[in-house]
Amino acid sequence: MTEPALLDATGVAKSFGAVHALTDAELRVGKGEIVALMGANGAGKSTFVKIITGALKPDTGHVLIHGQQARVGSPAEARRTGLVPVYQEPSLIPDLDVLDNLRLGDTPVAPFVHWVKELGIEDLVLNEMIADLPLATLRIIDLARALASDPDVLLLDEMTAALPTDLVERVLKTVRARANEGMGVIYVSHRFTEISELCDRASVLRDGKTVGDLQIEEGVEERIVELMLGQKIDLGQREIAVNTSTQSGSTRLKVRDLAIGTKVSNVSFDLYSDEVLGVVALEGQGQDELFQALAGFIKPTAGTIAIDGEQKQFSHPADAIASGLTFVPGDRADALLSQRSVRENIALPFSARIKAWGPLKMRHEKERVAHAIDKLQIDTRAQGEVQQLSGGNQQKVTIGRWLATGVETLLLFDPTRGIDVRTKRQIYPLVRELADQGAAVLYYTSELEEIQLACDRAIVIFNGSVVDTIDASEATEQRLMRAAYGLTGNEGAA
Amino acid sequence: MSTATTDPAMIRLGRFLRDNPMIPLLVFLFLLIATLEVMRPGIVIPLRSGRDGLISTFWVGNLIKFAIPLAMLAACQVLTMLTAGIDLSVGVVATVSAFVCATLTTIWGVPAAAIVALATGIIVGAVNGIGVGIVRVHPLIMTLGTGLIATGCLQVYQRLFINAGSEIPEFLVWLGTGRTAGMPNGLFLFVPFALFVLWLMRYTGFGRLLFALGSNEQAAKLSGVRAWQVYIALYVLSGFIAALAGLLYLGMIRQTSLSLANPLLLPSVAAAVIGGTSIFGGRGSFAGAIVGALILRVLDTMLTLLQMPEGARTALFGLIVLAVTALYVRITGTR
Repeated sequence: MTEPALLDATGVAKSFGAVHALTDAELRVGKGEIVALMGANGAGKSTFVKIITGALKPDTGHVLIHGQQARVGSPAEARRTGLVPVYQEPSLIPDLDVLDNLRLGDTPVAPFVHWVKELGIEDLVLNEMIADLPLATLRIIDLARALASDPDVLLLDEMTAALPTDLVERVLKTVRARANEGMGVIYVSHRFTEISELCDRASVLRDGKTVGDLQIEEGVEERIVELMLGQKIDLGQREIAVNTSTQSGSTRLKVRDLAIGTKVSNVSFDLYSDEVLGVVALEGQGQDELFQALAGFIKPTAGTIAIDGEQKQFSHPADAIASGLTFVPGDRADALLSQRSVRENIALPFSARIKAWGPLKMRHEKERVAHAIDKLQIDTRAQGEVQQLSGGNQQKVTIGRWLATGVETLLLFDPTRGIDVRTKRQIYPLVRELADQGAAVLYYTSELEEIQLACDRAIVIFNGSVVDTIDASEATEQRLMRAAYGLTGNEGAA
Repeated sequence: MSTATTDPAMIRLGRFLRDNPMIPLLVFLFLLIATLEVMRPGIVIPLRSGRDGLISTFWVGNLIKFAIPLAMLAACQVLTMLTAGIDLSVGVVATVSAFVCATLTTIWGVPAAAIVALATGIIVGAVNGIGVGIVRVHPLIMTLGTGLIATGCLQVYQRLFINAGSEIPEFLVWLGTGRTAGMPNGLFLFVPFALFVLWLMRYTGFGRLLFALGSNEQAAKLSGVRAWQVYIALYVLSGFIAALAGLLYLGMIRQTSLSLANPLLLPSVAAAVIGGTSIFGGRGSFAGAIVGALILRVLDTMLTLLQMPEGARTALFGLIVLAVTALYVRITGTR
């Protein structure tokens, strides 16, 4: 190409403290090109997007727009140079009407109305409050607003996530048409079907590095999956054998046709006592809501949850705990009293019920807490405040809380996120041991290799439904990744 | 927060003081008392043989006597602040309790009057607890609102009972003004009360939950704590303590008024904050609040000695409370 690319990012690196989010990322978008930006969870995708749009400054490398060193200082500056992003969360102010939101961004109204209609929403009233509009409409408004400013490069981040199928088609058609007129598009998505339908190329990120730039053609999905997986850090060998006599235990948890809001549409599975059931899903496929419903934080809109054959409805986590369902959330900050001691954190559930509001049973508490600390090998040199512990030790405290109270059914949501390899290796055998002692464990993980290390079986959730159930022996990362991207059945079919 | 101190020595000092919050508080209290002695030689240390001894038990007794109701109301603030709440109805509750008791004593006798008076505190507390725990109104607004409602109700009540007259129960006068071995009789109520509050905070499940809710309500919920139960119990307790303090205050002042204990409200908040309790929850000490109450009483005495007009005194008092709190928070790096 003789003409400079619309967008050319090369050698982009960015670190947050000791964490190298990006080491060597690049992306090139030519005139009229639609490029998919792909990567597994934690590959550095969102950091890269933030750098391209000017929300973050790269440590090294540069982003050229129209071949010029566009020192993108702020999102507003990026907009001026012609790069307009549309994010997953609509960036509209809920307490203003549509028109006021347009005015805030200096968006011309006539082209906006044109694009809204073009995108399939015929009856939008401009003085309606944003807060009163459904999510799908908001996303269309966001996209129409971006198109109305006549961008050179459009960045779409999971644009179709909350859209019904008919609107998805309109969006893809419109974007394709604009690209044919010369607009460049960066398309961030998990959905292979849309990518193969819409995109010209796919750029794949892994561990902060761009590892491939592929033309979209037949069978490219397999190569993309392979590139996304790559070689990973060795997390050790499995120390305890797979529970070969599967389903030797009784059915502890029986979930049928569960639906929660718009995120979970149809989830059914059985969890047996003495097994660890893995849950695999890309970000935002409904796994968060599933765990929150099982833990009693939110109520399902349809379907049933039965424990030991008895149907249950939870209106508070206390109900779930009374039924033996105990929850370790993904974000440790949600689970810990950061200014309190290890002991108080672990013993917290002891005092939860009114009956236990009286004098503390110090000896009982001390024994149970010491047992949990010992079992998990929590480093308690910093006893005073939990916030002084390392991330791994903090995570152990959140698990230890339920070891101390006694585990029946443990809901672990990404328990090894952001902790060191050593601690990870301690957690897998512990989870196995709990299951061998009769506990049932539901184990969501964003790291696919953990399924074979810690689980007996795994269910895969895509777009709010269970799409596959896989035995640990067959749960290779390839197989899981394919299923998580909604690619099932025969090889290569999209 | 981070702008406060950069010098390592200051940081170390700050950390030491944060881990031992009572030390700077006691040092500050004695500094204030020393200043007072300089301002008016002989007030604390009469240096004459006789009934007072080396240190004036009369003065110390007086200091403690007036600090007791303040410290009791400060207990309400410490307990509610642990959950990141506050109870702004305590001043009015104490007033209502005192007024109800004084007016009903002439009709129903002392025990019934005292029980009804304490019950008013429990009722206001229950309303606060339901508002904060179930309707989830912010405690600041909720308790401010119930305080206003209670004030209104008191005025209506006063019209109805205008002819009944009032009488201060003998026992309360003994408790409020009497002395035993130079020390105020109020200590007979306060010492057991203080021990109870300290025990409640440290050695009971309920106390643990107060700290837990203030540190991270989400984590408490996750552990199966139904927050509304704790909030209702907490604000009922706070209302009860305030009503009890009102009865004591009635015996101390020996007169009734529609705003008897209202001026104690802000000092009670200040005593808690000076004593190291964080209004953001999760951190607090009743022992600190007691010293805080003593500090405020000494400050008040100093301002009285300066013989300033009432308005200037009040303004200066507010200013000093702000300065002391800001300084303390700055040094220890707590909030």
